[in-house]
Amino acid sequence: MINLETYTKIVDDPLAYGWRCHAESPKPIIGYFCSYTPEELILAAGTHPFRLFGSSRNIRLADEHIQTYSCAVVRSTLEDALNGNLSFLAGTIFPHTCDSIQRLSDIWRINVAIPFHCDIVLPVKLDTASARDYYTDALKQLKADLVKHLGSPIFDADLRQAIKKTNQIKILLKKLYELHEKNPAAPTGHELFTIMRASMIMDRDDLLADLPQLIELFNGRPAGKPAGKGKRLLLAGSVCEHPDIYPIIEEAGGHVVWDDFCSGARYFDGLIDETAEPLAAITDRYIRRVACPAKHSGLTDRADHLVSLARQKKADGVVFVLLKYCDPHAFDYPYLKAALDREGLPNLLIEVSDQLPALGQLKTRFEAFIEML
Amino acid sequence: MTEKDPEKEKRKIKSTARMQEIMTNYYMEAKTAADAGKKVAWITSGGPVEPLVVMDIIPVYPENHGAMIGASKMGVDLCEKAEEMGYSIDLCSYARSDIACSPVNGGPIGGLPRPDMLICGNNICGTVLKWYEIQARYYNCPLFIFDTPFCHTGYSEEVEKYVKRQIGEYIAFLEHECGKKFDYDRLEEVGRLSVAGQRLWQDVLDTAIHRPAPLSAIDAFIHMALIVTLRGTQQAIDYYTLMLAEMKDRIAQGIGAVPRERYRLLWDNIPIWYRMKWLSETFAAHDACLVADTYTSAWCGSLKHLDENNFLASMPAGYTRIYLNIGVDEMAGQVVKLVDKYSADGMVMHSNRSCKPYSFGQYDIQRFVREKRDIPTLIIEADMVDERHFSESQIETRIDAFMEMIRQQKS
Repeated sequence: MINLETYTKIVDDPLAYGWRCHAESPKPIIGYFCSYTPEELILAAGTHPFRLFGSSRNIRLADEHIQTYSCAVVRSTLEDALNGNLSFLAGTIFPHTCDSIQRLSDIWRINVAIPFHCDIVLPVKLDTASARDYYTDALKQLKADLVKHLGSPIFDADLRQAIKKTNQIKILLKKLYELHEKNPAAPTGHELFTIMRASMIMDRDDLLADLPQLIELFNGRPAGKPAGKGKRLLLAGSVCEHPDIYPIIEEAGGHVVWDDFCSGARYFDGLIDETAEPLAAITDRYIRRVACPAKHSGLTDRADHLVSLARQKKADGVVFVLLKYCDPHAFDYPYLKAALDREGLPNLLIEVSDQLPALGQLKTRFEAFIEML
Repeated sequence: MTEKDPEKEKRKIKSTARMQEIMTNYYMEAKTAADAGKKVAWITSGGPVEPLVVMDIIPVYPENHGAMIGASKMGVDLCEKAEEMGYSIDLCSYARSDIACSPVNGGPIGGLPRPDMLICGNNICGTVLKWYEIQARYYNCPLFIFDTPFCHTGYSEEVEKYVKRQIGEYIAFLEHECGKKFDYDRLEEVGRLSVAGQRLWQDVLDTAIHRPAPLSAIDAFIHMALIVTLRGTQQAIDYYTLMLAEMKDRIAQGIGAVPRERYRLLWDNIPIWYRMKWLSETFAAHDACLVADTYTSAWCGSLKHLDENNFLASMPAGYTRIYLNIGVDEMAGQVVKLVDKYSADGMVMHSNRSCKPYSFGQYDIQRFVREKRDIPTLIIEADMVDERHFSESQIETRIDAFMEMIRQQKS
């Protein structure tokens, strides 16, 4: 019988989980930032991809290396690294996205004693032929770096198998989202967040074995109704760090039907073609997927995507959950809001730092917003 | 009428008047470009401007606009306007103030001339990408993104190949926008002028090696306007030739930028535009001169990668391997070289809330410089345009304490 408690534990203390894997499994663990890291290559190298979200809340050591006007993800992961809590990692991968992660990589390389440090300097624009070719070149470079530092070759067959695995995981995660969309009680928003978060941290073989059982578990649960009005909401932003936001929204009478987070639906959005040349196929998935605002794929692609997602999910409203000091998202907010306003889609902005705004205040804001829908 | 202080008059840089005249004409020409049948391109400060010069397109620099807004103390008002438009207070104040200018033709020159196209080079930051996307939507004009992969630890063949292809795409884009063929011979000519201008700019900055320095970093912040906006033209060469002669003359006469130069300091990051005079006077009161900086030297820092005899081929490295597009450790090494070259007794770093790629990593650069050269360093928390992030009394106290350390170390 599958136990959700395991997932809660992983999410509550991902580093304890990392240390346990380190002690119990010979598989090297590779820490990485952001959904632009091609997990398939990490898996094909026989290693365990471990997404870094940052768990330190009391920032002390990182403040000696980076200003406080950097985002909570940057500050807390750096704190984790500097205080030795990430020493179970065999390596860290930094994909090129925003200016903050770019400089975090430099600071990390200079100050953190994790043996393998790797930058994947991806293109910033994704909508030209030369950018596509360079994207594949950057993946080739990552592959070469992994082989060089981990000492074992990566064959195409390994890569194809890894692609198959991540595709299956993506399909099943999406299935969980669809279950929650239909029945807000199975899984609950908080449970969905927990599984989603854990899926980027835990051993992918364990995850893949669990996901069908989780789906079965939720299928067996009786249908529940969201409190109050049950207004359908879409969440949008970068990384959502706050599971508590789901019960608050649910209590206020909202039902989060989908999201546009890179730690949420964007993570499983789009499958990789299993029949094509692997690196070209991985490139292709990233180029087709809606872009992170730190990248460029046309002038209105993100607004078009958000509006169409809101329509497709029959959302009554959109809530932007934006991380303070996340420049790319903050720059896009006015134009995304304007696009939603034009379409008559009500929207709300919540800015979060390492903590959510005060609970009472947040609840009042959600209640007022949902009341208005 | 009050008498002019002859001591102050002696110290004023005379070329300034000529520079102001050139810049006024430049903006007049840009603002009337449509009447003259010329096109206007907005371009980032580190962007490849030479192909625009070849095509007779007038390049306009929103970052220079941001600096003017800051220097004329119009930043707070415009930044607040941007915040009303939905832009977070934590975003770059150049971008915020420029974006807020557009709908109202605000700012010191009544807004920039309407662009026919936008050229965004991301070798300086990721912010310009977002800023230019916003302006491309606002002005409904084409945007060319010149994507220069970041060089954390090196520069690869793949990067060179990608950037080289983009130069071809850039030229094709300009041919399409202008409806005429690109003259590659003229590019080589413009490239030679560009390199010559950068060399002269380097020569001007290098006069500050002399004691007392005939110009300070504060002067360089003002006089850099031409190497940014008129790079690749004879005008920039003529102007810096004039300025260099004046600096040499000042050296011959023993005229320093500050009355009594006893301490020499290095500045890091973009200027605090709205407090330049105050900073200059505050340091001068301590007999200190800011003799060099990492910012203005960035406009000649690519010389080692540029080839005046084969400009086109050297453009990928010249535009990719620039100061802000390299790793923090490589930057630190360059800072130490500046400390040595200009005999700096201390370093002042502006931790600039507006510029994350320039500011993040400063603490490690500071540590590196201290380890290598054992000189006092000071970090000032502020913002380049948004005065709300500047606390004068706090900064003054910190400058006093820092100068006390310098005095002790030097005695």
